[in-house]
Amino acid sequence: MTDALHRVSVSTLRAGLTAGDFSPAELTAHFLDRIERFDSGLNTLVTRCDEGARRQADAVASQKAEALSGIPLIQKDIFCTEGVRTTCGSRMLDQFIPPYQATSAARLAEAGSVLLGKANMDEFAMGSSNETSYYGPVRNPWDTDRVPGGSSGGSAAAVAAGLAPLATGTDTGGSIRQPAALCGITGLKPTYGRVSRYGMIAFASSLDQAGCFARRAEDCAHMLGRMAGFDPRDSTSVDAPVPDYHGGLPADPGMLKGLKVGLPKEYFADGLVPGTRGCVQAAIDELAGQGAEIVEVTLPNTGLAVPTYYVLAPAEASSNLARFDGVRYGHRCEQPRDLEDLYLRSRAEGFGREVQRRIMIGAYVLSAGYYDAYYLKAQKTRRLIADDFARVFEQVNIIASPTTQSTAFRLGEKLDDPVTMYLNDIYTIPANLAGLPGISVPAGFDQGLPVGLQLLAPWFAEQQLLNVAHAYQLLTDWHLQWPEAYA
Amino acid sequence: MSTAWETVIGLEVHIQLNTQSKIFSGSSTAYGAAANSQASAVDLGMPGVLPVINAEVIRKAALFGLAIDAAVAPQSIFARKHYFYPDLPKGYQISQYELPIVSGGHLDVETAALGKRRIGITRAHLEEDAGKSLHEDYAGQTGIDLNRAGTPLIECVSEPEIASAAEAAAYARKLHALVCYLGICDGNMQEGSFRVDANVSVRRRGETTFGTRTETKNLNSFRFLEKAIEYEIERQIDVIEGGGQIVQETRLYDPDTGETRAMRSKEEAHDYRYFPDPDLLPVVIEPAFLDELKSGLPELPDARRARFEQTLALDADSAALLTSTRATADYFEAVLASAGGATPERARLAANWINGELAAALNRDDLAIQASRVAPAQLAGLLLRIEDNTVSGNAAKSVFEGLWQGEADAADAIIEARGLKQITDSSAIEQFVDEVIESNPEQVEQYRSGKTKVLGFLVGQVMKASKGKAKPQDVSRLMQEKLDT
Repeated sequence: MTDALHRVSVSTLRAGLTAGDFSPAELTAHFLDRIERFDSGLNTLVTRCDEGARRQADAVASQKAEALSGIPLIQKDIFCTEGVRTTCGSRMLDQFIPPYQATSAARLAEAGSVLLGKANMDEFAMGSSNETSYYGPVRNPWDTDRVPGGSSGGSAAAVAAGLAPLATGTDTGGSIRQPAALCGITGLKPTYGRVSRYGMIAFASSLDQAGCFARRAEDCAHMLGRMAGFDPRDSTSVDAPVPDYHGGLPADPGMLKGLKVGLPKEYFADGLVPGTRGCVQAAIDELAGQGAEIVEVTLPNTGLAVPTYYVLAPAEASSNLARFDGVRYGHRCEQPRDLEDLYLRSRAEGFGREVQRRIMIGAYVLSAGYYDAYYLKAQKTRRLIADDFARVFEQVNIIASPTTQSTAFRLGEKLDDPVTMYLNDIYTIPANLAGLPGISVPAGFDQGLPVGLQLLAPWFAEQQLLNVAHAYQLLTDWHLQWPEAYA
Repeated sequence: MSTAWETVIGLEVHIQLNTQSKIFSGSSTAYGAAANSQASAVDLGMPGVLPVINAEVIRKAALFGLAIDAAVAPQSIFARKHYFYPDLPKGYQISQYELPIVSGGHLDVETAALGKRRIGITRAHLEEDAGKSLHEDYAGQTGIDLNRAGTPLIECVSEPEIASAAEAAAYARKLHALVCYLGICDGNMQEGSFRVDANVSVRRRGETTFGTRTETKNLNSFRFLEKAIEYEIERQIDVIEGGGQIVQETRLYDPDTGETRAMRSKEEAHDYRYFPDPDLLPVVIEPAFLDELKSGLPELPDARRARFEQTLALDADSAALLTSTRATADYFEAVLASAGGATPERARLAANWINGELAAALNRDDLAIQASRVAPAQLAGLLLRIEDNTVSGNAAKSVFEGLWQGEADAADAIIEARGLKQITDSSAIEQFVDEVIESNPEQVEQYRSGKTKVLGFLVGQVMKASKGKAKPQDVSRLMQEKLDT
């Protein structure tokens, strides 16, 4: 049994621990072995925590057993972990060891989970292919010549290859859902404010949201239950009760009967690759077959989403990244001649090209004379986009769409064409602008590469999102497919 | 100053709020701690950490708004103001820009030259202070102390309506007194709790457009403020009269030379790229909260001064002096309470002692009235002995000095120990008078021959003989009776 520990659900692992079939140390060792075997080919981790993981696993034995105690996981390297290097995928923070813990990471640690390592990611979460990382690209386990998606590419690829049962991610414009889709796993982005942002290195503060990856929606339910909740250290976290997401999951797909599922026509328009469209259509047919009512809806301002996002996100990023100045921590250039030289060279050396590009765009749109035309206008279109969703959710319970227009692309294919790269997130960005929760679940394969079905729910309706995803996963086994080399 | 010229002054005052913790973190705001010992991850601008507004800061800012009769915004917004400087940890300062918490108030100020005038206050917004760059003691390098980073400030901006250096100083003093009355600022100017930037321009009388202004920064005393503005006015007039033009620039005042000098010009000014801080929610102030604050407002300086004049019959100057700081007015009222209540006579006596003897002693020892070596109850004890004629005015001064030096806890004990009680027994005084008449025949003769001015000398001799314990009025009356018979 123990050689298949990476293939089973968190509940099954927990039951095995409780029954004494294997110990937390053995469970952790299983995943550490897999990391040792496979990660050199995938590059999912920036920092391994083998020793700390073993120590944590040993300490778990005496702990009160709860859903995540003794369960190994990987943290995206954007979450500050006390005493463990946190790079954010950047040379700027290559040596940075935070003296504090991100709230969501602290909550997962308190739940008894075991930290295996810190996942590779696009630098400062800016990217959709995990190619902007200072630590090199992550490879997609389904085809190592292809990208895993981004920015949480390391997290998604690690779970897809069975290097950890769970991983955290962050989603600013699709950075959880898109890599989940491209790697054939489940990725949940909660409502903005559901999970504390404290200690999560900021990219675009009004869009960033922490979430999770697992093979199964039910495992995401376990994880979200621990990560979510109000944090007095984050003013934008919402003080709303956290339901028992796992306990609330349906036992059978019967809940799909009568469910109103909206298909936004703008998400099925030109650009959607036929193979992806076919998988998503089949998934929708599956839901319909269970009695779900499929309704075509319209989100007329969808076309504004990508331009809106690429004004607001860089604007906030240019501000959030101003603190990396080489003065107090992070990369500092050698022998600065004067203060200006210290700033210029520390930042030029510490930040990669994509980060620099976005800082420049952001500084531009916020500058005197351009603010109204860009930033303020984008805030208005953001409102229009959110209003579209509010209107549609008066008609339907949930929105279904493809997560991406196509399957994973080849490494290097879009790296020199930022606009094409940006358009990759066309179906995921609107939910960030509106603050909505979304999930991507595996929905088939196009020429051997995974396709994701995106589900979006009203604000704070994570339970509904997880329930529909879980019901779908009771009916299908796309999420249980394995890339052959890592089975 | 030439009367052909008119001065236009606007003041920006940074008022440090005296909260226990910082505006966006739990770090202490106490002054003078070891460098960087009061800087948390939030104050250091570490990656991923977030600001959380200190509710006490909002309360104090709203209180200030009410006290200057301004509008307190039901919703105000924090914005990020960007610039790079080593003592600004995040690369931006959290401030307020488009929607400040307070807008549209005023202060009434009075000067000898211009009389009583109302000065408008455009706005007052909240912001965090930066840290300090220390350029000395680091062998050519710069040290950064972030203890001050995140200290809550109100920046209060006046309308450009102040017309002279004296009026600017009066405005600043008034504002200083007000924030101390409200208990929202410790008022310590040496420690930077109250810093003034002066925007100054001049124009020929009758002109309607403003002249080019300069901004003289970080004036931390009322005297420097007045001197800096006086210098700046003269300088600007000289430049213009000499055919030159004023450059819009930031200037610094040098207290050693009494001059201002250019620091940086407008061309080097930053584009601050303000935008609403996405880490902080709008500050919402409910009407009920404002009502509660209003009912809890302390008596403000103008009202207190009026009460002192009206119900205690104090003259305007005394009342103004007593209410110039809240601590002085509190001291005054504590003295009256300790003495068993206020009568106009007692109020006048107390006012004279506080504005006179006590003020001189405080000034001599460089102490604030809160740190006075003579407590209100001690002064009250002394005043009672003056009222009931136990001690003479001169003796009272020496009793006060005894109290100040900690000779005893109460005036009575010092009077007793030093034997300063006035002699009210007339037979005892008569004895001294007889002795003086006996031993000064020459002066007695002069008096009797009409040179009555010599009476003062004779009375003085009696006072000397009685070691000051006789009451001069009694001595004088007895002496005259004896000499005239």
